[in-house]
Amino acid sequence: MAEQKGSLTSSEVLSNFTIEEVNTDLLIVGGGMAGCGAAFEIKKWAPKDMKITMVEKAAIDRSGAVAQGLSAINTYLGDNKPEDYVKMVSNDLMGITREDLIYDVGRHVDSSVRLFEKLGLPIMKEDEEDTRTLAEGAKPLRAGKWQIMIHGESFKVLVAEAARKALGDENIYERVFIIRLLMDENNPNRVAGAIGFSLREAKIYIYKAKAVMMACGGAVNVFRPRSQAEGMGRTWYALWNAGSTYAMGFEAGAEMTTMENRFVPNRFKDGYGPVGAWFTLFKSRVKNAYGDDYMQKWGEMLKDYAPYGLSQVPATCLWNHVMLKDWHEGNGPFFMDTSGAIKKLYETLPEKRQKSLESDAWEDFLDMTIAQAGLWAAMDIDPKDTNSEVMPTEPYLLGSHAGACGMWVSGPKDISPQEWHWGYNRMTTVSGLFTAGDGVGASGHKFSSGSFTEGRLAGKSAVKFILDDPGFKPTVYADGQALAEEIYRPMIQFETFKNYSTDSSVNPNYISPRLYLYRLNKIMDEYVAGTSNFYRTNGKSLERGLELLNKLKEDSKKLAAGNLHELMRAWENYHRSVVGELHLRHILFREETRYPGFYYRMDHQKLDEVNWKVFVNSKINKSTGEVEVFKKPWVEIVPKN
Amino acid sequence: MPSFVIAEKCDGCKGRDKTACQYICPNDLMVLNKDIMKAYNQEAEQCWECYNCVKICPQSAIEIRAYQDFAPMGSSVIPLRGSDSIMWTIKYRNGNLKRFKFPIRTTPEGGIDPYQGIADTDAGDINSDLLCDETGITLSVPGK
Ligand SMILES: Cc1cc2nc3c(=O)[nH]c(=O)nc-3n(C[C@H](O)[C@H](O)[C@H](O)COP(=O)(O)OP(=O)(O)OC[C@H]3O[C@@H](n4cnc5c(N)ncnc54)[C@H](O)[C@@H]3O)c2cc1C
Ligand code: SF4
Ligand code: SF4
Repeated sequence: MAEQKGSLTSSEVLSNFTIEEVNTDLLIVGGGMAGCGAAFEIKKWAPKDMKITMVEKAAIDRSGAVAQGLSAINTYLGDNKPEDYVKMVSNDLMGITREDLIYDVGRHVDSSVRLFEKLGLPIMKEDEEDTRTLAEGAKPLRAGKWQIMIHGESFKVLVAEAARKALGDENIYERVFIIRLLMDENNPNRVAGAIGFSLREAKIYIYKAKAVMMACGGAVNVFRPRSQAEGMGRTWYALWNAGSTYAMGFEAGAEMTTMENRFVPNRFKDGYGPVGAWFTLFKSRVKNAYGDDYMQKWGEMLKDYAPYGLSQVPATCLWNHVMLKDWHEGNGPFFMDTSGAIKKLYETLPEKRQKSLESDAWEDFLDMTIAQAGLWAAMDIDPKDTNSEVMPTEPYLLGSHAGACGMWVSGPKDISPQEWHWGYNRMTTVSGLFTAGDGVGASGHKFSSGSFTEGRLAGKSAVKFILDDPGFKPTVYADGQALAEEIYRPMIQFETFKNYSTDSSVNPNYISPRLYLYRLNKIMDEYVAGTSNFYRTNGKSLERGLELLNKLKEDSKKLAAGNLHELMRAWENYHRSVVGELHLRHILFREETRYPGFYYRMDHQKLDEVNWKVFVNSKINKSTGEVEVFKKPWVEIVPKN
Repeated sequence: MPSFVIAEKCDGCKGRDKTACQYICPNDLMVLNKDIMKAYNQEAEQCWECYNCVKICPQSAIEIRAYQDFAPMGSSVIPLRGSDSIMWTIKYRNGNLKRFKFPIRTTPEGGIDPYQGIADTDAGDINSDLLCDETGITLSVPGK
């Protein structure tokens, strides 16, 4: 799409904006891993005259969680069975997962990984000299049972190039931010498009579509980050993922699931560099300030969380749980024993591997968390001499990494129980609305390859959905003026009041996106088990937090934006506050501590398998505007023992 | 660590159809100051330090300086991205240097044919659970 230089101010936008209506068959919102997977697959199934459109707030070559690249593909089954994959994911997410969806990812994901290699992704091989591809039988270099190592700096560039070739540049709208979905006038439970605005021009977009595949990633910066100045940009997950998937899906009426789940990764402190390869590839351990291994010291605690604590690899939250115990005992800070691990490895590894080892360790950072390399350099850390501090981060809400937030979707017909299958794989409970990757709830551990694969599955079934109903035409009530007043409201707010005070940043008539974010972060941190309370809360705190959140959301009507960039921040932060409320309400409803180490309900500290081995789902009641939260039975599909 | 633009080196991408750094930043941070025709990062505390602006700048005008709320001063990490590999130069605070080079892709830029080797799909197969490159395989279902 045409790119214009400079950023337009509110007065420039309001004085001459235009409205463009785009009529399409299938709209893909979000060109991340899942969106690009959908684009690739759809083109192969859609009839020539079916119009496919993608809309993305950034540039797809470098957007979403893989914008920086990745050093590993975390889901590749190889010789493993999908059943074992389900068992691993289920255990890691404390038992409550949609096993039909996970199995489905497991049985398809390797095709996508072979495709990545064909697109040009360099995949490391077990035998460095092996020049064959995976498809030709080469064994990948495993970083763990499920992970394989890649040279992934350009991973997203490659996937985006494939999506561009599939759809054609003219069908990809970049730098357009989507604020909400549109519903069909004749069927209030059917999606009919989406609206948004250009970040480069004074232009509003109304997309009308027969089906929408929405994959805008997870939610970052809902909670107060540990770093408060410049460093607040150094979040672990991609900070530009603002929870738009969850907020827009929820507001459209989609049933949400497992929004009480969160991910609190234990990472290198401040730089948030990955630690996974240090554990699995380099066989390193984390030790407390006194050199003790906290797992050995407090490992007994895992027995309280059977069966999830007793499996060969205990659930991720439980590692945090045990470490936090040692922390509360006064034994922090904690260090990754990189020097010990490297010394040990050098004793056993052939010389050739020793050489590449250092480069592997640095590439792990340089491919996906360059900041961590910078921090090691700033701190004069050479990992073979100096150990590095690790620390659990602020909470993140996501559904494709080691978390399970998202929407409740239909599963594949040959696996799912009847009540989990309503015709189209990966369709939400809103007719015509599909999702994938971070958007699908209760099925984490998909990662890059699984999200792309799920996008493909969703894309194919969206095509089928459209073909099955050839007569449908979206009917959308779109009064341009009213839409403009909705979308540009923060700009109107700013223009109306900006001259009231002598400094436009302090003004009693409006709130800046930045202050709105800080207020949200403070509420979430203090009442909803953020870092300052060491992830602890109770029913009373949550109720108090909800009161404050509701006031914040009322004030969202007074968000102000001085230019298009700020307008995006206003909408992003509004989305974040919707997601924050969902997270809070789910935690309030689930009266147990399902994910110790990620959060604690201090008034219900135990895991309660009898009453709470169920999904917690929620939905907006569109006639009353109330949020309904309820239990949904859990079904086992892969027997565990 | 936020990006910054070296004033002397930035030419505002004049003579090109778009401002490269502004085009690529996933968080919409880079903007052009039209008065002096030079770019800057408009929201330093929202920079993920993904280095995409650094990698793309045709003038090598963008660098990253460590987030000062936790990083001691004096280090730098500088990439040089080519068409098939990337070179990194890491300078420590104490002056030590490390250099690494990694491959980034095995196909030429713009040379991807995503459907190469994938047979045309049969319209009827839209009802199956197979993806376009899985023709002919039998999908497993969970064992009991
Ligand atoms: C630090 C880090 C390390 C990781 N490590 C690994 C790893 O080693 N191996 C691995 O396999 N996976 C890894 N992952 C996980 C992987 O990146 C994700 O699982 C995957 O990218 C999720 O895909 P998605 O399509 O759901 O979201 P994304 O890829 O994040 O895509 C979301 C897209 O939506 C767009 N968007 C958002 N909001 C809007 C809006 N309102 N309007 C329009 N567009 C919007 C975004 O710009 C983005 O392009 C890692 C992720 C991170 C952040
Ligand atoms: S890409 Fe480089 S030269 Fe171009 S505007 Fe940005 S900083 Fe200046
Ligand atoms: S480093 Fe990344 S986030 Fe920061 S300005 Fe550059 S492109 Fe944007």
